Amino acid sequence: MALLKTEGLGIQFGGLKAVDEFNFEIDKNQLYGLIGPNGAGKTTVFNLLTGVYQPTSGQIIFDGKSLLKKSPTQITQMGIARTFQNIRLFKEMSVIDNVKVGLHYSQNYSLFSAICKLPQYFRGEEAIDEMARSLLRVFDLEQFAESKAKNLPYGKQRKLEIARALATSPKLLLLDEPAAGMNPTETAELMETIKIVREKFSIAILLIEHDMKLVMGICEKIAVLNFGTVLAFGTPEEIRNNPDVVTAYLGTEE
Amino acid sequence: MSMKKNELKNMLVSFIFSMVIYGVMMFMMSSGVIGTYWSGVLILACINIILASSLNLASGYLGQLTLGHAGFMSVGAYVAALTSLYLQMPLFVGLIFGAIVAAGVGLIIGIPTLRLKGDYLCIITLAFNEIIRIIMLNLDITNGAKGLMGIPPDTNFTIVFICVVLTIFIISSVVKSRFGRAIISIREDETASELTGIPTSKYKIMAFVISAFFAGLAGGLYAHYMGMLLPSIFDYNKSVEILVMVVLGGMGNIKGSIIAALLLTILPEYLRAFNDYRMLLYAVVLIAAMILKEKDLIPHIKEKFSKKKNEEVTE
Repeated sequence: MALLKTEGLGIQFGGLKAVDEFNFEIDKNQLYGLIGPNGAGKTTVFNLLTGVYQPTSGQIIFDGKSLLKKSPTQITQMGIARTFQNIRLFKEMSVIDNVKVGLHYSQNYSLFSAICKLPQYFRGEEAIDEMARSLLRVFDLEQFAESKAKNLPYGKQRKLEIARALATSPKLLLLDEPAAGMNPTETAELMETIKIVREKFSIAILLIEHDMKLVMGICEKIAVLNFGTVLAFGTPEEIRNNPDVVTAYLGTEE
Repeated sequence: MSMKKNELKNMLVSFIFSMVIYGVMMFMMSSGVIGTYWSGVLILACINIILASSLNLASGYLGQLTLGHAGFMSVGAYVAALTSLYLQMPLFVGLIFGAIVAAGVGLIIGIPTLRLKGDYLCIITLAFNEIIRIIMLNLDITNGAKGLMGIPPDTNFTIVFICVVLTIFIISSVVKSRFGRAIISIREDETASELTGIPTSKYKIMAFVISAFFAGLAGGLYAHYMGMLLPSIFDYNKSVEILVMVVLGGMGNIKGSIIAALLLTILPEYLRAFNDYRMLLYAVVLIAAMILKEKDLIPHIKEKFSKKKNEEVTE
């Protein structure tokens, strides 16, 4: 059974159908790419999947449950985590605290035990600290644990955002243009990181990206979006040779 | 294990530090170095510390600018005063009861208003402050504009000091816990916080209610120190005064709140001649803070100075 399935998903802003009849499926542990020209509706799809927007039509089934009418908080707790196109870290918090926010529900000590400094509190905090550090280690960020998130270089901020998303222990990770603004070396490093993440955490990843080398290089399946509708599905090889996709990206010869 | 040891060590150090301060203050008061008048000022300063650090939770850590803190304070003050006047309850029962009722009012106000952001929340809380004041002015039980008289003046330095220590301890414990991190993440980026699985509405209300609880406690202490209550004490000027303490001391900085509260209570005593210009000064402080575009004034000044020092070193 598919991990995530959308059926006729759509959203309309006034007269504009930003996404229309969007049908697709992701299996467990699959690396899926979502590409398309600017304004095709890729980020809108992410916002629909994470509950930021409520769809005006269609259905989303995640892990056997409908995501309609669920809040972003609930959807995250059900196991969909995401990063943002323009990095949205908790800037004034330390690097490790950013991850610890994501680990909020990994422990359940009460406010009372935090105030009275009961053993549960110390046990919980220690467990959170350990988990946060091991996550930072995966992304090579441990030595920056105590510095403010805003002081990290750009590439590392992207990584921290992925670490924070993973801290919520998702089953599906949505990455919104993770390579945006990165140089080729950083992009190559990111490709490696994404592969590692997927193996180590055995999760499914849905990726929006403009960097074709990255998408073609790591994704098993790709969906092409144009004007809010799916133009093509397939393996990287099929997509590359699809005449419709080439037309959408490059236009036609008159 | 080291984390637990560290935290316990810090707690012990803070405890010894506050005991020393308490000892010195008590010694100075009993030996007459600090007279009755200044002891009174000190008690008011302590009450202001409680107000400023509790508002800091809502405005500094949670990032919601509220202008109704004096409203919660007045609820606590009147409830504490009435419990001892009509029910002849001991001081601490009144204090706790006042704080709980204030927290309850915080919950009732918080649920609908915390959906609003920025200016809107500010205006709503300001309006709430006025509503509370007008209710107090018109109820029979609060004796209207004539005010409540003859409240037993039970608040002394020891009680106020214990309350200050407890308030700071509890608020910093909340801030350091997973709940505190959730609260700060809401200030930093509410959408990102939601999409990291934080139930933002729940924690906004939690922070707001805790903040109101301690404002109510401060109100109760105030009522039992002054021995009388007038609704006009808790007008929006009082709310602004508390907010200025928080802004001056630094948003999300409890130590700063303590220093600012002390400064803004003791300094006006020295500047009696300029008393009429006090609110003007507060306005200037707020505008200065906005122009400097820093979240906090004192740390900003500190940074300026240390930068200068650094430059001198390198030159």
